[in-house]
Amino acid sequence: MSYHSHADLGGQDVREPILQEPEGEYFHAPWEARVMAMVVAMGPTGMSNIDLNRSVRETLPDYRDLTYYQIWFAALEKLAARHGISSDSPPPPKQVLHAGDVMARIMRGFPASRPATQAARFAVGDRVRTVAVQPDHHTRLPAYARGKTGVIERVHGVHVFPDTNARGLGESPQWLYTVAFEAKELWSDAAGAPRSVVSVDAFEPYLESRD
Amino acid sequence: MSDHEHHHHEEHAKRELSPLELRVRALEALLSEKGYIDPAALDVLIDAYQTKIGPRNGAQVVARAWTNDRFREWLLKDATAAIASMGFAGRQGEHMVAVENTAHLHNMVVCTLCSCYPWSVLGLPPTWYKSAPYRAKAVKDPRGVLKEFGVDLPESTQIRIWDSTAEVRYLVIPLRPAGTENLGEKELANLVTRDSMIGTGLPKTAP
Repeated sequence: MSYHSHADLGGQDVREPILQEPEGEYFHAPWEARVMAMVVAMGPTGMSNIDLNRSVRETLPDYRDLTYYQIWFAALEKLAARHGISSDSPPPPKQVLHAGDVMARIMRGFPASRPATQAARFAVGDRVRTVAVQPDHHTRLPAYARGKTGVIERVHGVHVFPDTNARGLGESPQWLYTVAFEAKELWSDAAGAPRSVVSVDAFEPYLESRD
Repeated sequence: MSDHEHHHHEEHAKRELSPLELRVRALEALLSEKGYIDPAALDVLIDAYQTKIGPRNGAQVVARAWTNDRFREWLLKDATAAIASMGFAGRQGEHMVAVENTAHLHNMVVCTLCSCYPWSVLGLPPTWYKSAPYRAKAVKDPRGVLKEFGVDLPESTQIRIWDSTAEVRYLVIPLRPAGTENLGEKELANLVTRDSMIGTGLPKTAP
């Protein structure tokens, strides 16, 4: 395994308290606001995509020592360098976000849904088992939900597949499902989770039939 | 150099910039010089997420669901469309799902893998939502998390955690507080807190 995500935190033994924050406190320094805006503004340029962004962020060796905007910035810096932005002739941006277009661009968003080309393999109520093996690349099935049995609760349509999109291998859209697990299926020592159910949104290749 | 950068330079002239601030400034200058970003667009973006797109949007959605059954049903069936009818749409809210708390069920939303959050209705996520303690504990010890937030639910309440691992974004519709029968949509929206729409809090009680 050469790929390691430092961001897969669900269920890990983290003892620090949750530091609450009042509503409306968005930035703690002016640079954080510039970083947020740069990341959003770089979206339409085609330098990266949301999955590649996440992949670069989660593999930063010092991920756990950085604040979230530091993570965003370090990944942006890395992507810009990789893209050759500082060279004499960097690849031209596909599209540049101008001030007058910002609100319209936000309102349109970047839908991840794509037309279905084949029928969904699973339906609401189906029992499924998630794949157990951690792939050697970016993926969106958290470690705590690997090799677990759950039930399909919602079918969301066909969405861009992060596992390929993050690696520049294309969108290869896949059916997306909400899969619900009983807490006792996920944790052997779930002291704080009696009568709780946890779901993940899982792409079809993450699932095997359990019936 | 743009006016914007001038402004920033004057603002910070009194103190030394940290190495990180210098790097951020250098990257913005480079991306701007190479024609990738328009610094004026950054100003508009920052203003939008500080003054226009935040949890007051979601609070209006919740208040409408509390007072209008047809809207509530639409919201539960097709949240993206129902929310768009109120003018809230787009970035990080393209695929919305609304989940409703009941007397027996409490919903809570997390993104254990990064920081996925419904920007169109809640704006930018609070720091704790993106930080390790919440992301680690929410899926395994939801009652402990709720206690940290001062929320103590009956043992009989089922807790439902939604880990946002793809591009679907979740909005919690909290239980309408008792004694609010005479309040209008606007007054009700004032009771809806950001945390109650993530599921780590409850709405304020009737005034």
